[in-house]
Amino acid sequence: MKTKISFLLLFTFFLIVFLTFYLGLQKSNIYKPSLKIEKDIPIYKVRTLESSNRINSEEVFKDNRFYLLNIWASWCLPCRDEHEFLIDLSKQKNFEIIGLNYKDNINNAKKFLKELDSPYKLVFLDKDGTVAIEWGAYGVPENFLIYNKKIIKKIIGPIDQVSFLEIKKIIQ
Amino acid sequence: MASLIGSFALVFGLCLSIFIIFFSIKNFKDNNILDKKVVSLTFLQFFFVLISFFGLIISFVNSDFSNETVFNHSHTTIPIFYKISGAWGNHEGSLLLWLLVLTLFLFLFISTSKKQAKQYRILTLLFQQIIIIGFFIFLIKTSNPFNYIFPVPNEGLGLNPILQDPALAIHPPILYLGYVGSSIIFSSALSAASLSYISKGWAKHIKQWVLISWIFLTLGILLGSIWAYYELGWGGFWFWDPVENVSLMPWLALTTLLHCILVLEKRLALTSWVVILSIATFALSMCGTFLVRSGILNSIHTFANDPERGLFILIFLFILIFLSIAVFFFFHKNENQNIKNLFWLSKETSILVNNWFMMYFLSVVLIGTIYPIFLEVFSSEKISVGPPFYHSLIIPFLIPFLIAMAFAPRLKWIKSKIEDKIQMIIFFVISFFISLLIVKNFDIDFLLNTILITSAFYLFFITLKDFFSKRIGNLAQNLAHFGFSLLILSILFNNIFSKEVITNLKIGETFISEDFKINFENVDKKNEKNFKAIIGKFNIENIDGNIEVLNPELRIYNQPNIITSEADIKTNLLTDKFITMNVVQNQDYFNVRYQVKPFMIWIWISVILISFGGLISILKKKYEN
Repeated sequence: MKTKISFLLLFTFFLIVFLTFYLGLQKSNIYKPSLKIEKDIPIYKVRTLESSNRINSEEVFKDNRFYLLNIWASWCLPCRDEHEFLIDLSKQKNFEIIGLNYKDNINNAKKFLKELDSPYKLVFLDKDGTVAIEWGAYGVPENFLIYNKKIIKKIIGPIDQVSFLEIKKIIQ
Repeated sequence: MASLIGSFALVFGLCLSIFIIFFSIKNFKDNNILDKKVVSLTFLQFFFVLISFFGLIISFVNSDFSNETVFNHSHTTIPIFYKISGAWGNHEGSLLLWLLVLTLFLFLFISTSKKQAKQYRILTLLFQQIIIIGFFIFLIKTSNPFNYIFPVPNEGLGLNPILQDPALAIHPPILYLGYVGSSIIFSSALSAASLSYISKGWAKHIKQWVLISWIFLTLGILLGSIWAYYELGWGGFWFWDPVENVSLMPWLALTTLLHCILVLEKRLALTSWVVILSIATFALSMCGTFLVRSGILNSIHTFANDPERGLFILIFLFILIFLSIAVFFFFHKNENQNIKNLFWLSKETSILVNNWFMMYFLSVVLIGTIYPIFLEVFSSEKISVGPPFYHSLIIPFLIPFLIAMAFAPRLKWIKSKIEDKIQMIIFFVISFFISLLIVKNFDIDFLLNTILITSAFYLFFITLKDFFSKRIGNLAQNLAHFGFSLLILSILFNNIFSKEVITNLKIGETFISEDFKINFENVDKKNEKNFKAIIGKFNIENIDGNIEVLNPELRIYNQPNIITSEADIKTNLLTDKFITMNVVQNQDYFNVRYQVKPFMIWIWISVILISFGGLISILKKKYEN
């Protein structure tokens, strides 16, 4: 009897060790700094591509809704590559894409959107690049995922298949 | 071609397992003698693995880049010595080496255990075959060293330069002899436990294997440590890295087993200890393989981050663990109850005390190594456990351990009383005063260090005295204990008296400190077959005016393109002078690290003495027979 109990105890113990190791194997052991940004979005007033009125950025991003701020320019080649992903994403529910047109010629920007179709609900104009600095961007293209007026994810460089699926997963 | 033969030899070797198992089971009940066929088949299996191993070595020597392993780990410009050692300097090749040693040891076991009972020999063989089959499948399925690549590349990717080193070339084979040797102990203990074969005779017979594995494991760890000392370039020899820990754990278990076997041999007590420790030693070796090869831990030895491999070893490891638990609980009968009437002051009790100390050290290392994994799984929190953890948990317990080590061997079996009390006390007082003299001049933790050094000196003097005493019963034991005291003393002095300077120097500059001047005279360039070297010339002027020239190197390997820093070390009996230099990006100065490390060589010597103790014990047995 006593043997059986100790046997079972030991057996369970090793089973737990086994399971822990098993779970440990599934985890990636590549150490990367955690990117928990959760920073508030910057507040500013700029013109948009759609109208000549200045719009307050706070009014654009509403609570309980996902937004993707996409920094782009017509002269930027990688922006063309990510454009089809943006079009695809713009069809998602409870989700809007806001553009930030960076150091661009307005006419070229309009032509770009006409040619490739526009995924944007709204496009901020950032002729001298100061708004992009407020966002803390490194360059074009760059994307910020926003929820409840907070930046929850930052994608440096164009959106690719991996980040596309990741964004989709988050907003769903 | 060689790869092809090697590959087929592996499959044949695996098939032979089936025949071996078939014939041994048939043989288990019928005749009274061991079937000759089984012995020859065991040899044949070893022979096939040997062919396979040579196949791999030949592929490496010929730089046959159609073999994936060769392509990944070799290059035409590498010296021939490292081409050969490159064969086991990688995951696949090292597993093949592991398998080679497994089959070799099984063959040696079967051919040297003629005096033992047939059923015991066959059952051991069967348990060992389970391990061998596991490794065969692991090798062929997930880590085949003979994978073919087409089109054949012209050049290989090269061997990691830090592996191009003589100590590291022989480190894996020596260490594996230790690890794998423990597999024989494991199989044999399981077999003896299930057949109730554990006796004084069995202890005598298995003790040889314990000693052999123990010696190789000790030397293997030593080689790894020496390598880390001069190759990794910061002058330490033990980093409490998970990989070092996984070699230390089987060593601790094996050392404990070695002591228990003595009790079993003389008194037929502690049988359960012996069985559990035999299982634990091998399980810990396997666990080490899992931790290192699965990529679950980050470490210099993590060659392969392939989850499939990790999963395979994990499942295999736990099959073995569950099998051994089942055998232990349901077949092993703990018949002798002598253990209950142990007298408090006797050799048996002292060995039991030693066991508990060792188990404590083992648990500390085990927890330190695997706790981060558990924590990460349960809370996603990443931590790393460093030297302070191990030091603060181990050092205080080292004090009673050392003192016990000094007088325990003087006790007699069954019942004893302390003799030469006055002498023992005198030695203790002497040790205490010497330590006091040493410690008081240094600004260190006074109390702890004094007691620690006192106890180490105490063991040192007692064992030293015993070399000259007439009643030296056991030279092997005394040598090993003496070596251990020397090891602790050297490590302590090394820690306390080390001096280190890290500074940036341009060519021609001189660094001046209280004790020495470092003059960076010039640099020289040299071209070797597989690397370019920049050799610095440093003149070190000591306080007494002696000038020594040290030449650390920077090596720029061509394949793969890696810069390594080679330390230059001037060793003498009292102290090591250790210097490394490193480039600083875009600067015209070098980063120079100069260390004075006292008693360094005594750390190595003491470990060699310890393993020499084991060797004497084996030779003595041979001589008695």
